[in-house]
Amino acid sequence: MISQRLSSKLVFIGTVLIVAAVLAVVIAPKTITSAQGSTTDWQTIAEQRGLTEADLRAAAMTYTPSGVMDEYVMFASGGHSGQMFVVGMPSMRLLRTIAVFTPEPWQGYGYGAGEEVLAGGDINGRPVRWADTHHPALSETNGDYDGQWVFINDKANGRIAVIDLRDFETKQIVNNPLFLNDHGGTFVTPNTEYIIEGGQYAQPLGSEFVPLADYESDYRGMITFWKFDREAGRIDMSQSFAMELPPYWQDLCDAGKLVSEGWVFCNSINTELATGGIEAGNPPFEAGVSRNTTDFMHVINLNAAIEVYKAGSTVEVAGMQVIPLDTAVENNLLFFTPEPRSPHGVDIAPGGDYIVVSGKLDPHVTVYSFQKIMDTIAAGGFETDQYGVPILDYERVLEAQVEVGLGPLHTQFGPDGYAYTSLFLDSAVARWSIGAEGYRPQDGWSLISKIPVQYNVGHIATAEGDTVSPDGNLLVSLNKWSVDRFMSTGPLLPQNFQLIDIGQEGDNLQLLYDMPFTGGEPHYAQIIKADKLSAWEVYPEVGWNPLTQSVDPNAVTQGTEGVERDGNNVTVRMTAVRSHFTPEHIDIQAGDHVTWTITNVERARDATHGFSIPYYGISLSIEPGESITFEFDATEPGVFSYYCLEFCSALHLEMMGYLTIQPQ
Amino acid sequence: MATQTMSQSETLSEDKRSDKTAPRLLTWIPTGLMLLASVLVIASIAFPYWGLVLEAPQYPGGLQMRVFVNRMTGDEDPRLDEVREIDGLNHYIGMQSLYNAASFERSIAIPAVIIMVVLLVVAAFLRRRWAWVLTLPAIAFPFIFLGDLAFWMNNYGQNLDPYAPLSSAIEPFTPPIIGEGVIGQFKTVAYVDTGWYLAVVAVVLVSAALLIRMLRSRAASRES
Repeated sequence: MISQRLSSKLVFIGTVLIVAAVLAVVIAPKTITSAQGSTTDWQTIAEQRGLTEADLRAAAMTYTPSGVMDEYVMFASGGHSGQMFVVGMPSMRLLRTIAVFTPEPWQGYGYGAGEEVLAGGDINGRPVRWADTHHPALSETNGDYDGQWVFINDKANGRIAVIDLRDFETKQIVNNPLFLNDHGGTFVTPNTEYIIEGGQYAQPLGSEFVPLADYESDYRGMITFWKFDREAGRIDMSQSFAMELPPYWQDLCDAGKLVSEGWVFCNSINTELATGGIEAGNPPFEAGVSRNTTDFMHVINLNAAIEVYKAGSTVEVAGMQVIPLDTAVENNLLFFTPEPRSPHGVDIAPGGDYIVVSGKLDPHVTVYSFQKIMDTIAAGGFETDQYGVPILDYERVLEAQVEVGLGPLHTQFGPDGYAYTSLFLDSAVARWSIGAEGYRPQDGWSLISKIPVQYNVGHIATAEGDTVSPDGNLLVSLNKWSVDRFMSTGPLLPQNFQLIDIGQEGDNLQLLYDMPFTGGEPHYAQIIKADKLSAWEVYPEVGWNPLTQSVDPNAVTQGTEGVERDGNNVTVRMTAVRSHFTPEHIDIQAGDHVTWTITNVERARDATHGFSIPYYGISLSIEPGESITFEFDATEPGVFSYYCLEFCSALHLEMMGYLTIQPQ
Repeated sequence: MATQTMSQSETLSEDKRSDKTAPRLLTWIPTGLMLLASVLVIASIAFPYWGLVLEAPQYPGGLQMRVFVNRMTGDEDPRLDEVREIDGLNHYIGMQSLYNAASFERSIAIPAVIIMVVLLVVAAFLRRRWAWVLTLPAIAFPFIFLGDLAFWMNNYGQNLDPYAPLSSAIEPFTPPIIGEGVIGQFKTVAYVDTGWYLAVVAVVLVSAALLIRMLRSRAASRES
């Protein structure tokens, strides 16, 4: 055995040497030519690197020279990093990480500042500083992205975050008291009146203990409509409400738009009411949940639900107003219609007139007509499910089915009547035509083309592809596996964002670029035209409090710095400017409670100062104009050197000071 | 027919006046020039007299300072107070804040310009031999401005704080008031700006007016 291994090793080494020798012979003359300089141009380089014409086209479409801005910006969920990522397109440059649910020291989030926002996500008083972010949703005006806000959910804990796109910082986290997980969020109504959060794994509302044996009677699904107050820039919990749903594992939702505005559509995957238990000989969830050939698409009349909520026909559960299931049925708020098994996406066409569902264990996309749904509801006379919810006859609401391939998941849209659906099992993206009037009647409902992706695509995103006016041109395939696409960096592999050119008609789809993604599973992304964003370059005025988005009355101005003592309470008032903090000596005593304000009085773009206190776990990012107040108890005596964390100037090392804490 | 008669009589009367027109014009042209100069001096207040661009790699487009007779501003960008930014950089070499420079001069600038213009207007209408004296402040003004600027530049460049971070690396210096200079690794370009040019055009106009008056009074004295 040993000798066999040895010989195969020798063969391998020999092969490598031969290949290297051949390469050396092939490449050497060219290298010499290029060294002489006579034929060194881009064609020679392309030849040497073995680039094809298609590669060069891809490079020309994506290469973005220094100083040139990207045309699109993608907001990608950061999966279980708990964050959000901002990527420029077509360059696929990572522009920014936005700390959302998880403390992040570069942004000084959760290390002295930002605690107030993070605390909004505490669950029953328990700090939960980790999240599984899933679906970002950009705010919309008239069904189009307006570039003002972006929202994202935490599937693991059932929470929603609000991010302000003036400074790309998280302003609010709300915890849904009904549910400890969610998946069908976030989605916004066409004017961002409501942020939709659908649950996922059924549980007793309010997260009380109920044994699994009582699944049918006591476990429930839910959908929550969070009222967004644009003026305040916050979710208004007092104007928000939820609806009780059967325990069918609601999965993804989408808000109706244009003709279907005021309606919400969700799919569900466990109409089997499977409760698993592989260890007890029960079918495991993966089988139990997939047994039925159809599940139920939920059709929710949001406008009518708002009326019912406002009329007070709700019950309070764990502090949340909930429309009970029977009230929802009585008031015609909820209808079901069958959908192919284990559906994963429900996506509404740009005109709001067609609803596309993909059953991941069915090779078709199934398209429902909103008009037919309305007609069927109006006609009445339904069967109901075991919870009394009316079921619309599948044949009467179905518009078309298109066979696209194996494992269809999510659909996005182009401006030209094309739709794109990710195919998980095929590792491909399908382009198909919407055969209806206003889309591509000339092509009918048909598959146009498929492009392989590497590998296991989940969501896809086209530029503004879920709005009333998709932009098209580019598509990003958010692949779960990268396998062999990147150099090995150990057994944990990055995900793969693949950029695809969809700007040409017919079967011309070209893969342009692979971007490794190392921050958790980038679940879903939305892509906005860059010119719709207008983030501040520096905070508008010196002394700015990013939480209130106004000048903080406690902000420190130059010349008014100092340390004040009131009993055991010490107030430090400090300014930061290149390259010094004022004051540089802070002398306090053990046992003091310290309230420390630092104002960065800089106005120059990028003149951010960091601030850190060792041992006490303080790390701040004080951006130009920003004022931050943090507090701590000086429990440990000693000498603590504080310094600027950003390399702000040539004398950055000298931008420090001493905090001395005398023993009591 | 009547109109014809009218036009004939008008032509006649114009002919009668023609020999007096030239001297009258020569009286009013200097007055007009001086009034125009007054307007230019007043207008110049609204424009910067002098500017400085400080070029550094980390400030794309450079930092721009503009000096008016009574104030200093940065570029039009409201977010970045560029004078303050230059101050911030200057503190490394121990230069005093630019906001403290020529504060007395800046405080009296507007009243001084008003007095100057009033004197100019009086000189425009005053038919006295010594009226030219009243125009002297306006003629001297742009040069006084530059002289004062040079004084302060020199003052600032020579009186550096010995405790500044880079005090050992920078010798006291006199920055140029026009043209290129170098402070540390920064290149500076100084130039006179629109307001100063307006004031200089006013000087030219006043000088022309005085010249016309002088020539005319000489001609008049020769005739008599």
